[in-house]
Amino acid sequence: MERNLMKGNEALAEAAIRAGCKCFFGYPITPQTELAAYMAKRMNKAGGVFLQAESEIAAINMVLGAASTGVRAMTSSSSPGISLKSEGISYIAGSDLPAVIINVQRGGPGLGGIQPSQADYWQATKALGHGDFHLMVFAPASVQEMVDFVIKAFDRADKYRVPAMILADGLLGQMMEPVSFPEVNPEAVDKSSWAATGHKGEREHHIINSLYLQPDALQKSVVDRFERYEQIKANETDAELYLTEDCDILLCAFGATARVVKSAVNDARAMGIKAGLFRPRTLWPFPEKELNEAAKNAKKLLSVEMSMGQMIDDIKLAINCSKPVEFFGRTGGVIPTPAEVLAEIKKVGGAE
Amino acid sequence: MTTEILLAGFGGQGILFAGKILAYCGLMDSKELSWLPSYGPEMRGGTCNCSVCISDDPIGSPLVLTPDILIALNQPSFDKFVSTVKPGGKVFFDSSMIENECTRTDIGIFGIPSQQLADDNALKGGSNIILLGKVLKETGICSLETMQKAIEKVVPASKSHLIPNNFKAIELGMNA
Repeated sequence: MERNLMKGNEALAEAAIRAGCKCFFGYPITPQTELAAYMAKRMNKAGGVFLQAESEIAAINMVLGAASTGVRAMTSSSSPGISLKSEGISYIAGSDLPAVIINVQRGGPGLGGIQPSQADYWQATKALGHGDFHLMVFAPASVQEMVDFVIKAFDRADKYRVPAMILADGLLGQMMEPVSFPEVNPEAVDKSSWAATGHKGEREHHIINSLYLQPDALQKSVVDRFERYEQIKANETDAELYLTEDCDILLCAFGATARVVKSAVNDARAMGIKAGLFRPRTLWPFPEKELNEAAKNAKKLLSVEMSMGQMIDDIKLAINCSKPVEFFGRTGGVIPTPAEVLAEIKKVGGAE
Repeated sequence: MTTEILLAGFGGQGILFAGKILAYCGLMDSKELSWLPSYGPEMRGGTCNCSVCISDDPIGSPLVLTPDILIALNQPSFDKFVSTVKPGGKVFFDSSMIENECTRTDIGIFGIPSQQLADDNALKGGSNIILLGKVLKETGICSLETMQKAIEKVVPASKSHLIPNNFKAIELGMNA
């Protein structure tokens, strides 16, 4: 397969086009802007619609509208912009609409900074908006995975009628790596039972709505949705286990941080420290089974994140606090170095 | 084996462009590689730098903190990064812009007047590429043919008439 050199942000956009995304609505924000710029250049030629909305809130509601008609729709932003979109994302989830949302994270809270961060983990996995709902969250660690996960996110969003997020960060968005584009055959999903495509007087109206004034009706809609979440949890968890079979200390990291951690694990191994890496590729659903497999022989776990420690909560829950879980992190746009992580491995592993 | 390269200078000196050429050299040679620009406010008129990793194995962190090869196009970048070069590494700098006050003996230091050479040979803005020619000669990071192919890839089609100038700049650097 031909290898191209592409920026992560551009690869996300190209992958979406190849996955059959027909509508992109966005608003510029660093470090995500190349994605929207690429869409502006290419979407028209690909037979789709690119529209720069007047705000993030407008953009996400345009996604809601487009997705209602059954076309593949996407928006992208970075942390503060995702917060603005959160109301619309809740509406999309409550309306059982498939859509893809990309977050190329930067430091927060507030306007924060523009350097890479993973501090939106809680937001993405726990509460991207009000109400009882989840969205699928994919965490790529390379430009190639950005491509692969966008394609997968569109398929899974359609299959389960849920919004799906790619949780990337400024480092992945800005870097260039070789990438190949697989042949994409978007899984044909029949949306004729719900999509608002015009009834032509021949069928009942399809109503796309998230408002239920009768508590029983709302409860039923939420409970039905949670049954689908159970299927997603059963079928869609994904993680990379690296040198975990015999590890004493299991490092846990996702996204760009996992690359740094993998270097540190290799360095630790070269010094005779039995370190391993658990890297979730899906953050929701969290790969609990995979983590327990990876941690079965470990004495300690060490979560490394570009935040003050957010995924660590899911790690503790997944192993039911059966082993000590330590934390090392950098935040505000600071990227941890392999040397810092190695020092932490030595400290936590007691090999100082 | 992984070669970590850091390129640094002012915005507008072609730091990212030169980094892209090196990245494409890795692509042409079917290596693993990464290219990471600084994208903060500093790149808007201030200092700019770019990390390139070329390796036989998958790249871990794409951020180069201790380069094997440093390419410096201005004094602040030279002063800031020369101490971070790995022992045994190599530093390339524009001696028409930069005063070398580095006393390290554990690294190779190669200064050529690349800006001056560019001006003398009517290669406006070619200082970065002249330095790449010197890097090519002193490190053997790839073949000349690979680098020429990389240049053909990186120069946009609308500016393809500038490809021969870039080839000439590489040659000047190799002979400097």
